[in-house]
Amino acid sequence: MTSLTPETSTAAGAMALSAHQLDSHGAEHGEGHADVRLFGLATFLIADGMTFAGFFAAYLTFRAVNPLPADATYELELLLPTINTVLLLVSSVTFHRAGRRLMGGDGEGARLWLLVTGALGAAFLAGQMVEYFHLPFGLTDNLYASTFYALTGFHGLHVTLGVICILIVWWQSRQAGRISAANPFGLEAAELYWHFVDGIWVVLYGLLYLL
Amino acid sequence: MTVASPTDFEAGSLQPEGWLRYFSFSLDHKVIGLQYLVTGFVFYLIGGALAGVIRTELASPISDFVSRDVYNQILTLHGTVMIFLWIVPVVNGAFGNYLIPFYVGARDMAFPRLNAVAFWLIPPAGILLIGSYFISGGAAQSGWTAYPPLSLTTPALGQVLWILSVLLLGGSSIFGGINFIATILKLRRPGLKLMHLPMYCWAMLGTSLLVVLSTPVLAGTLILLSFDIVAHTGFFNPSLGGNVVVYQHLFWFYSHPAVYIMVLPAFGLVSEILPVHARKPLFGYTTMVYSIMGIVVLGLIVWAHHMFTSGTPPWMRLFFTIATSFIAVPTGIKFFNWLATLWGGRIALNSAMLFSCAFIVNFVFGGITGIALAQVPFDIHVHDTYFVVGHFHYIVYGGTVFVIFSALYHWYPKFTGRLLNEDLGRLHFLLTFLGFNLCFAPQHWLGLNGMPRRVAEYDPAFTTWNQVSSVGALLMAISTLPLLINVILSAYRGQPAGDNPWRALTPEWLTSSPPPVENWVGEAPLVTHPYGYGTPEGQLDLAAASGSELWQASQR
Amino acid sequence: MTIPSPLITLLLGMGLVLAGLWIGQNVSLLPVDASVNAPVYDDLFRVLFSIGSILFLGIVGLLVYSLVRFRRRAGELGDGVAIEGNLPLEIVWTAIPAIVVLFVGIYSYDIYERMGGMVPLHDHSAMHAAAMAAADASTGDAGPALAVVNAPSDERIWGGIANAGMDAGAALGPPLSVDVTAMQFAFLFHYPDGDFISGELHVPAGRPVELRMKANDVIHAFWVPQFRLKQDVIPGQPTLLSFTATRPGSYPIVCAELCGPYHGGMRSTVVVHEDDDFEAWLTKNRPAPVTVSASRATPFA
Ligand code: HEA
Ligand code: HEA
Ligand code: CUA
Ligand SMILES: [Cu+2]
Repeated sequence: MTSLTPETSTAAGAMALSAHQLDSHGAEHGEGHADVRLFGLATFLIADGMTFAGFFAAYLTFRAVNPLPADATYELELLLPTINTVLLLVSSVTFHRAGRRLMGGDGEGARLWLLVTGALGAAFLAGQMVEYFHLPFGLTDNLYASTFYALTGFHGLHVTLGVICILIVWWQSRQAGRISAANPFGLEAAELYWHFVDGIWVVLYGLLYLL
Repeated sequence: MTVASPTDFEAGSLQPEGWLRYFSFSLDHKVIGLQYLVTGFVFYLIGGALAGVIRTELASPISDFVSRDVYNQILTLHGTVMIFLWIVPVVNGAFGNYLIPFYVGARDMAFPRLNAVAFWLIPPAGILLIGSYFISGGAAQSGWTAYPPLSLTTPALGQVLWILSVLLLGGSSIFGGINFIATILKLRRPGLKLMHLPMYCWAMLGTSLLVVLSTPVLAGTLILLSFDIVAHTGFFNPSLGGNVVVYQHLFWFYSHPAVYIMVLPAFGLVSEILPVHARKPLFGYTTMVYSIMGIVVLGLIVWAHHMFTSGTPPWMRLFFTIATSFIAVPTGIKFFNWLATLWGGRIALNSAMLFSCAFIVNFVFGGITGIALAQVPFDIHVHDTYFVVGHFHYIVYGGTVFVIFSALYHWYPKFTGRLLNEDLGRLHFLLTFLGFNLCFAPQHWLGLNGMPRRVAEYDPAFTTWNQVSSVGALLMAISTLPLLINVILSAYRGQPAGDNPWRALTPEWLTSSPPPVENWVGEAPLVTHPYGYGTPEGQLDLAAASGSELWQASQR
Repeated sequence: MTIPSPLITLLLGMGLVLAGLWIGQNVSLLPVDASVNAPVYDDLFRVLFSIGSILFLGIVGLLVYSLVRFRRRAGELGDGVAIEGNLPLEIVWTAIPAIVVLFVGIYSYDIYERMGGMVPLHDHSAMHAAAMAAADASTGDAGPALAVVNAPSDERIWGGIANAGMDAGAALGPPLSVDVTAMQFAFLFHYPDGDFISGELHVPAGRPVELRMKANDVIHAFWVPQFRLKQDVIPGQPTLLSFTATRPGSYPIVCAELCGPYHGGMRSTVVVHEDDDFEAWLTKNRPAPVTVSASRATPFA
C-alpha cells in the first residue's frame, strides 16, 4: 500500500480511498488503529436490536391492554416453530465450526460448514413459510395476527439476509485471499450477525409462542 | 508538537481542487461536514420560508392566506424539515464530522464510506419530503408527530412519502451515530485518554448513544404505521382493534431523546467556544462529562411527559413527572459551569460569544418552562397549546440555532481561512435576538390563555399578540440577510484569519486553516489539556501577560 | 470597598428571592378561574412562576454582570485565571436544583391528587386489582376503583380525571353525568337524565360534573382554559373527566388535539348556570317526544 500522494487526494482520488487504505496509511505513521469494523457492526446490531425491542414492547402492551375480540382466532401450533428454533440454534453452532475451521487454515472445511449453516437457515425459512400457509388467520384479521406476521416477517427478513451473506462469504472464501485465516473479517461479521438473529429468534419464540 | 505553518502546504497543494468535490461522493470528513452544513442551511431557509407562511396565516384570526388543509401540510413540513433536515444534520453531521476526527487525533472517521452514504441519504429524503407537497392530495398533514388515527385518514400518499423520508433520515442518523461512537472510542491517537477529549466529543458520544438506542424504535414504529396505511393492518387503528396510545409511546420513546440529540451537541459546541473567547479553562470538566451521561440516561426514561393527557395511568404520570424534573439537575450543572467559565475571564464580546451567551439566556428560559411542563397538573392546562410551541422554540431556536450561528462565527475561519465580518455579525445577532424574543415570548401568554397549537384560525381576542409574534418572525427572516451576505462575501473578501485567529488550544486549530486533506502534515498533535488557558492565580500579572505567551507556555 | 463580598452576595440573593416572589404573586398571566381546581392550579402556577423568575433573573443577572465586568478591554491580551473547577461549589449547584425540583415534584403531585388525577380509574394498573375484586364479588361495584367512577362493570374507563376528595363529592350531591362524543369537527353532549343532545355544554355551578367521553374518528381533546382542564378523547378508549364549575358564565370549549383541517374550528361553549337556571334549562330542553335539541349542533360553527 502506497502512502497518499497529492495526486490521489484529488476529488477522484478521494473517492477511491477506502477505509482500509486510510487505515494502513495511518499505520505507516505509527498510529494506525485496529480494525474497528466488527465494533461498528456490533453497534449496528444494538440499534437493530432496539427495533425488535420496540416491536416486542408494542406486542406486550397490546397483550396487556387490548383483549382479543371474542370471534377472532389466534392459535399457534408449537411443533413447527420448535423444530425451527432447534434448526436455528444448531446453525449457530455450525457457523461457529466454520469459523474455527477457517482460523485453523482449513478453507475447505470452513466452506462445508458454511453451506450446512446456510442450508439450516434456508430450512428455517421454508418451515416459516409452511407455518404461514397453515395458520388460521391472515395479516389483517386482528391485532395479534398483524403483530405476529410483523414480528416473524421482520425476523424472517433478517434470516434471509443472513443466508445471502453466508452465500457471499462462501463465494468469497473460494477466491484466494479474500476471506482467510489472515483476513477473516467477512466471515466473522456474518457470524456475529447470525448469532444476533438467532438470539432475537429465541426471545421472539418465547414471547410469541410460549407466553 | 509543532504547529505547521501554511507555507508547508502551499507547494504541493494537498487540498483537492475545485468546488465540485462538494457535490461528489467524497470520503473526506471535512468535505462531508461542510456538505452537511450547506445542505442543512438550505433546508433551514426552506423551513423558515414555511414558518413565514405559518406566521402570515396567523397574522389574522381567520383562515385566509392558505386553506386549512394546506396549513396543516405546511406546519407538518415545517416541523419535519427543521428537526430532521436542519438541526439534526447540522449539529451532529456537520460539526461532528468536521471536528471529531481532529479532536481524537485521527485522519478521518472510522468508516468514511458509511459516512458519505449517511450524508447522501439526506438530499433524496429532503426532495421526497418537499416534493410530496406537489403531488395530488398534498404532503402529510398530521403534524410532525403523525399521530394515528389522523395519519391513517389523511391522504395516504403524502403520509407514506413522509414516512419514507423520515426513515431515510433516521437511517442516515443511525449510520452517523455508529461512525461517531467508533471514531471516539476506537480511533483516538495513542496517548489520548477519554478524559483528555474536548467536551464536544463527549457530547457527541452521548448523542450517538441516544441515536443508536432510540432512532431504530422510531423506524420500527413508522414501518408499522405504514402497514396500517398501505396494508390495512390495525396496529394503531382503533376501529380494527388497535391501540393508538402504543404509537404515542413508541414515537416519544424516540422523539424525546431526539430533543437531546438536537441539544447535546449544541452544549458541546458551547463548551468549546466559551473557554476560547473567555480565555479561561472550561470549568468543571469532570462534572460536565457526568452530566452529559446523566442526561443521556434520564433522557431515555422521560418520554411519557408528552402524553400526560392521553389517559396514561396515574403511576406513570407520577414517575414521568419526577424523572423529567430531574433532568434539570445535570442540565443545571452545565449551565452553572458555563457561568463559572465566564466568571473572571477576559471575555471577547464578538459575535460567537454573543450568540453563545444569548443561547444561555434563551435556553434557561426554555428549560424553566420545560420544568413547568413536566408537572402533570400544569401540563394538563397547557398541553398542545402555544405555550408548548413557545417552550420548544426557545430551546430549539434560542438554544440550538443560536449555537449553530455561534459555531459558524467561531469555525468559519477554520473552514475558509478567512474571518467573518464582525459588524455584520453583530447586526445579525441583534436582529435575531430581538426578532426571536418578539416572536416566541408572546406565545407563552397565548397558550396560557386558550390558544391551541396547529390551528389556522383562532379566537380574535388573540390577534394582537399573534401579530407581534408575526412581526418577530419577519425580523428573524430579515436577520438571515446579514448572515448570508457575510458568509458569501467573506469567503472571497474576508480578512485573512491565519491558522489560529482565536489562539485556541483544541487540536483543530493546531494545523493550517483550512486544513490539509489528512488534517496534519506529520503526526497528529497530542493535546491532553484542550482547555489549558489562563494564568495560575497570583502567578502572573493579569493585565500584562499576553495570551500567546501563555499559549506557548501551555504547549510545554 | 468596605462591605464584605459575602454580605453583598447574601443581600443580592435575598433581593432576588423577594423579587421572584413578588413577580409570582403579582403578575397574572392566566384567564379567570371558573372551576374548583382552577385556584389550586393557579397556586401551583404562582409557585412555578416565582421559582422560574428567581432562577432566570439570577442567571441572566450573573451572565450580564460577567460580560460587563470581565469583558476584554482594548489592549488587553492576557488570559483569565486558570480555575478548572471547585468541588464544593459544584456540589452546591447540583444540590440546589435537586432540592428545588424534588420540592416542585412533590408539590405538584399534591396538587394533582387534589384535582383528582391520581384516583385510580379503570386503567391498566387498576385493572388487575379490579378484575380480581370483580371475580370475588362478580358485581360491578366490587373494587373501590369501580365505586369511585360508578362505571358499569363491562365498561372499561381508560384514563382521565376522576372526582376527587377536593370536590367534596358527597357534600355537593351526586355528580351530573354527561356523555360527550367528539367527532370531526364537533363535540356533542348527551344528557342521560333528559335523553337529549346539545351542541353546548350546560352545567350548574357548584355541582360535580362527570363527562364520559368517547371519540368517533380521530383523537380530539376537550379543553376549557378557564377550568384549567384538558383531556384527550381517544377513539376506542372511553375516558372520564370530572370537574366542578364555580363561576357562572360562558367559557370556550376548545379542541386541542390536531384532528384534521377544521381542527381550529372545533370549538363550543360551556355555560355555567346558577343552580336554578340550570334546572330551567334542563326542563326546557327535555322535550317529551323530540330527542335532539341542537342549540348549536352544526359541526362547523
Ligand atoms: C432541543 C429540544 C428540547 C429540549 C432540550 C427540551 C428540554 C426539555 N423539555 Fe421540551 N420539548 C421540545 C424540545 C425540547 N425540550 C419539543 C420539540 C417539544 C414539543 C413536541 C411536540 O409536541 O411537537 C417539547 C415538549 C415538552 C413537553 C411536553 C409538553 C406538552 O406537549 O404538553 C415537556 C413536558 O414535560 C417538556 C419538558 C422539557 C424539559 C423538562 C426539558 C429539560 O431538558 C430542560 C432542562 C433545562 C433547564 C431546567 C434549564 C437549566 C437548568 C438550571 C439553570 C438549573 C436550575 C433549574 C431548576 C431547578 C428548574 N418539553
Ligand atoms: C427544530 C427547529 C425549528 C425551528 C428552527 C423553527 C423555527 C421557526 N418556527 Fe417552528 N416548529 C418546529 C420546529 C422549529 N421551528 C416544530 C417541530 C413545530 C411543530 C410542528 C407540528 O406541530 O407538527 C413548529 C411549529 C411552529 C409553529 C406552530 C404552528 C402551529 O402549531 O400551528 C409556529 C408558529 O408560529 C412556528 C414558527 C416558527 C418561526 C417563526 C420560526 C423562525 O425561527 C424561522 C426563522 C427563519 C426564517 C424566517 C428563514 C428566513 C429565510 C427566508 C425568508 C428565505 C426565503 C426562502 C425562500 C424564498 C426559499 N413553528
Ligand atoms: Cu378535534 Cu381538534
Ligand atoms: Cu420531551
